[in-house]
Amino acid sequence: MPIITASKTQPTYDVIVVGSGAGGGQTAYTLVMEGVKVLMLEAGRNYDPVKETPMFQTNGQAPLRGTSTPDKPFGFHDSTVDGGWQVPGEPYTSASNAPERQFWWWRARMLGGRTNHWGRIALRNGPYDFKPYSRDGLGLDWPISYEDVAPYYDKVEMLIGVYGANTGMENTPDSPAGCLLPPPKARAGELLSQARGKKLGIPVVPIRRAVLSVKQDADNIPAKLHPKNPTAQRILAQAMRERAACFWATPCGRGCSIKANYQSTTVHLPPALATGNLDILPNAMVREITMDENGKATGVICIDKITGEERTLKARVVVLAASSAESVRILLNSKSTRYPDGLANSSGLVGKYIMDTVGARLGGQIPLLENLPAHNEDGAGGNHVYVPWWLYKDASKLGFARGYHIELGGGRQMPGMGAAGGVDALTGGSYGKQFKEDARRYYGSFMGFAGRGEMIPNEDSFCDIDPKVRDKWGIPVLRFHWKWSDHETKQAAHMQRTFADLIEAMGGKVRGKRDATGAQAIEPGGKIIHEVGGTIMGADPKKSVTNQWCQTWDVKNLFVTDGGPFVSNADKNPTLTIMALAWRASDYLLGEMKKGNL
Amino acid sequence: MSTPDRSQFSPLRMDRRVAIKWMFTAAASVAILDRASLGAEPAATGAAKTAVGYGTDPDLIKIYKPGDVWALTFTDAQRRAAASLCDVIIPADAKSPAASALGVPDFIDEWVSAPYPDHVKDRATVVDGLAWIDAEAQKRFTNDFADLVASQHRAICDDICYTPKAKPEFKKAAQFFAKFRDLTSGGFYTTPEGMKDIGYVGNVPLATFEGPTPAVLKHIGLA
Repeated sequence: MPIITASKTQPTYDVIVVGSGAGGGQTAYTLVMEGVKVLMLEAGRNYDPVKETPMFQTNGQAPLRGTSTPDKPFGFHDSTVDGGWQVPGEPYTSASNAPERQFWWWRARMLGGRTNHWGRIALRNGPYDFKPYSRDGLGLDWPISYEDVAPYYDKVEMLIGVYGANTGMENTPDSPAGCLLPPPKARAGELLSQARGKKLGIPVVPIRRAVLSVKQDADNIPAKLHPKNPTAQRILAQAMRERAACFWATPCGRGCSIKANYQSTTVHLPPALATGNLDILPNAMVREITMDENGKATGVICIDKITGEERTLKARVVVLAASSAESVRILLNSKSTRYPDGLANSSGLVGKYIMDTVGARLGGQIPLLENLPAHNEDGAGGNHVYVPWWLYKDASKLGFARGYHIELGGGRQMPGMGAAGGVDALTGGSYGKQFKEDARRYYGSFMGFAGRGEMIPNEDSFCDIDPKVRDKWGIPVLRFHWKWSDHETKQAAHMQRTFADLIEAMGGKVRGKRDATGAQAIEPGGKIIHEVGGTIMGADPKKSVTNQWCQTWDVKNLFVTDGGPFVSNADKNPTLTIMALAWRASDYLLGEMKKGNL
Repeated sequence: MSTPDRSQFSPLRMDRRVAIKWMFTAAASVAILDRASLGAEPAATGAAKTAVGYGTDPDLIKIYKPGDVWALTFTDAQRRAAASLCDVIIPADAKSPAASALGVPDFIDEWVSAPYPDHVKDRATVVDGLAWIDAEAQKRFTNDFADLVASQHRAICDDICYTPKAKPEFKKAAQFFAKFRDLTSGGFYTTPEGMKDIGYVGNVPLATFEGPTPAVLKHIGLA
């Protein structure tokens, strides 16, 4: 079974999975490895990173030197196809005109979705992150604990390949032996921040990213992940052998033609397709879920974007993994006289408690990094170190709840438009031969610090269906309501102060202005593209949309395995947790199928 | 050379209006036109009439050069002034050639001819700025900027090279110069010669990543 066109679908499937990113990829992978027949629907086009990734193209070989444009918000060579915070013909609306009340909704209409371009930062939630309400009385607790998810973190790390190191730090879980690949050596600026951060009590440690620093252990991992399933073991071993280790060049955001980093399209989908149990239908925009008289889902109705035709597809089980907001949209648009408020919405909570990550950044220029001897700092195409949240003990003194981690970057990366841009303040406006000397001197001496912090779910941040606006396919669109609380803006202010302290401790100077209030520095909602919530899980059907297995309370054969069931949004980037929860939900789904409950 | 004809400003203003109009057209029809525009030949003049962006699904593997996606629009006079100013900002030295020898003026033309909102804004700055610098050259030295000698280039550029210190009558020209310097250096340091000059030695596959060399560690006091 392969990537197909709409006319080639089977009359019925065991499971339809809507979406092909981290959640959909993991769900389909887990199911087809156990012999379940799956149809995966993707709203964007087919995409093959092996053929389409610009690996060694330089910025000088791209239009506009590769800088970002409205067509390619992360730059020309970024892997995203037909995506961004705006997608032509597929609008969304905002309930408020106020700039601080906007939510920016990122979509990537392509096979593999956002996993193709993501930063590959793969952090585990810690024990505190599943029980935030119990700790400080804010937000909500998850119905599960770290111990429930830990075995799945282990499995996902082994499957996708994650480099990193155990630090033993509070609420920053270590991985068991055999899960992690060795971390790459730190770069010059990273080492300097580590040395100077130490004096401030700020720990700079190896980050975890889904990049193969060495080849995976294809001889042993498959048996650990698929015990008693020789077919799955054989298929996975083959897929692992086809992935090369990182060759320490080219940014991960472009995707990876040698499959050295994780993206659904190079890691989940090839072995899943090799089982023969998976059909993938691209260009299929799902509008709604179909139901029978007994309250069971029977499949979905989608628009074939190639022909514009509507198609009904059938399965015993439907899994939504369309991105948390898109899954909300499908549920709310699955309206009928029987379900006037949309599907799986007896709690009234579908679309509620949407969250993003608190983001703020600050840059600095570090004289010690001027005039460094030329050396190759490309590394793993992303961060080698980071700062996990280090102030758990100070929680009561900070004036805001929860915390953030710091991602730092810069140095001698491939020159782009900014390689020697905007240096007037340092050079006094030099030009001519002096400017060339200055460019050599300052290149690589700039570092940027970005905070990624926890947002507490609130009553003012949700999405519903806009009563008036439809997209080009005639599907009603989402309307976003958004508000940061004081916890988030104060956290952004704390980030700004910390970054300034770090820059100064490195002997550098802040570039631009530090924002003391946080209100200016905090990025708009959705800007960090860590959209979660909207179909939260819980122990009580009145207070949640799904149970702890991502199964909707109202419709037994309907699951949500993207970020939607997230009850909180820890500072840890959500992708690894999405995959761990999707695997866990899929195991449960398999069990229920075997028992005849689905 | 004669004093610049003020009428040369009007077509430029028209270009801007047209460009803004194209921008909206582009937003509406980008998906359809994008493939066609990739193969489009640049027309001689006013070619930006067909200018649309590269769309949300361009060919990422292809190697592009200025003019491949949308037509270049500099007039001869603009190109001449741009090339000259590029080389005043980045002249040849022992390590690398001058900016114009590496096609940087074409890149700046590509930039200001692009249909995106930021580029339309930059087009106004650059086109007006180039006209200003030629007019200023005429005023001071009765010659086009491109025909001045080094000391004359310096006389003008010293007045506009640093916005905070520029006299009020040169503020606008200084903003143009700052933009033009950023475009020139961005265009220059993204070429193979520019990357080599600035000391970028990556973008090559390695068997292992060894981190900073001992000399680098010594430089930052961590040896």
